[in-house]
Amino acid sequence: MTVRLLFENQALEVQEGITLAAALAGTGPIGFRYSVSGEPRAAFCGMGTCFECRVTVDGIAHQRACQIIVRDGMEVRREG
Amino acid sequence: MKADIAVIGAGPGGLAAAAAALSCKRQVVLIDDNPGIGGQIWRGIPSIAGYSTMLNHPGLRYLPSARVVAAPAGGQLLLETPNGPIILRYARLIVATGAREFLFPFPGWTLPGVMGAGGLQAMVKSGMCVSGQRVVLAGTGPLLLAAADTLKRAGAEVSLIAEQAQGAALMRFAISLRSFPSKLKQAGHLLWSLRGTPYHPDSYVTSAFGHDRLHGVHVQSGSKPVKIHCDWLGVGYGLKPNTELLLTLGCAIDGDHAEVDDHLRTSVPEIYAAGESTGVGGLDKASLEGQLAGLAAAECAIAALPALIRQRDRHMRFAGLLTRHFALRPEIISQVTDNTIVCRCEDVTHGRLSTFGNWREAKLQTRCGMGPCQGRLCASACESLYGWRNTISRPPLQPAKLATLASATNP
Repeated sequence: MTVRLLFENQALEVQEGITLAAALAGTGPIGFRYSVSGEPRAAFCGMGTCFECRVTVDGIAHQRACQIIVRDGMEVRREG
Repeated sequence: MKADIAVIGAGPGGLAAAAAALSCKRQVVLIDDNPGIGGQIWRGIPSIAGYSTMLNHPGLRYLPSARVVAAPAGGQLLLETPNGPIILRYARLIVATGAREFLFPFPGWTLPGVMGAGGLQAMVKSGMCVSGQRVVLAGTGPLLLAAADTLKRAGAEVSLIAEQAQGAALMRFAISLRSFPSKLKQAGHLLWSLRGTPYHPDSYVTSAFGHDRLHGVHVQSGSKPVKIHCDWLGVGYGLKPNTELLLTLGCAIDGDHAEVDDHLRTSVPEIYAAGESTGVGGLDKASLEGQLAGLAAAECAIAALPALIRQRDRHMRFAGLLTRHFALRPEIISQVTDNTIVCRCEDVTHGRLSTFGNWREAKLQTRCGMGPCQGRLCASACESLYGWRNTISRPPLQPAKLATLASATNP
């Protein structure tokens, strides 16, 4: 079974039950957000400690993608 | 909400603690910040050692995706949950918050595609697709082998495992494993399943390169520099116990872990610690300590405790082996350049930090350690690089909503 989510208005079809971080990185490394000096950053610790994977999910900012399970219709945006 | 026994962390230690306390007919509340049980090691494994059925026990309330934000008063925790803030009142508390990876800065470590070795493994366990992708693993300790095994099983091509420890240290470790047959067997299984994967001792990452994402890595392998193109790099220098909650609760810390007595009671009488919180030692130690802390906190089955305490001594000896044989070499620390970012939250470089004399001064001038991770990543790096120790943890323990904080003053 798959679910559909929107990342920066682009539709992604991903396996259900996986974390959002796993879904976004599923086709290889990409930037999840921009750092205070404008560098692209992505999931780093993979377990909720480093906050590098934080994204805006359904309008709520600073959600750790590695600790959220994907839901159908989820809207995800980069931060920074 | 009230609990006879509250357990923080639903990994092997916390699950065993909850099970032991339930067997003593106590009301238990089990809290974890992840959406599922199992902690990092059992992440993504659907049915874990019978614990899934425990979640339906009438004496248990399990709160997933719940974070401890503060300890507003003795015997109380403020939690942020998907259903709003909760004040939890407990008679006894068991802290089983596990460990995080020790991640050390090097040039290029902020590129997307560079992760902790255990972090990359956790992502694969969480469903990340790595089939056909090229991976380099580096750092130190048995975790590298476990990560390589997970990645290979998921279809990744592991080009190299770079172990910083030298051959002689590895040999001494292998010989001392003779006294730990179950660990020896585990190591044997891993090495068999990884046959054909290059494993280089005396090897470490000097830098990662790429533009907007990782393209490859430079490794010093013995006396030879090697360049490898890859999609993912997982680097981990072992584990460090998570002690922020213990510090906030006023529990004494011994080195990098909770100070506990034989019954795993901390310096605060109603608080116990189990698993990596009492010193990194792995799954078997955590399960045993969870059981011990659960029974001790419930004050039942006292007759069973001496045998558990004896078994624990054995696990502590194994933990000592890991620390001794996989100690960080000075070359690892010297890869940092002036331009290397040390604090990833605030993008503070080594060049800036090295001009300060202490942690407090550096924080005030650069915001190092003051971003969302609150120094969880950079504090141990700063300790190795500059000798600064961070022994303070202030609430909120996690970024929290104002509504959550307000509920603590007006419960």
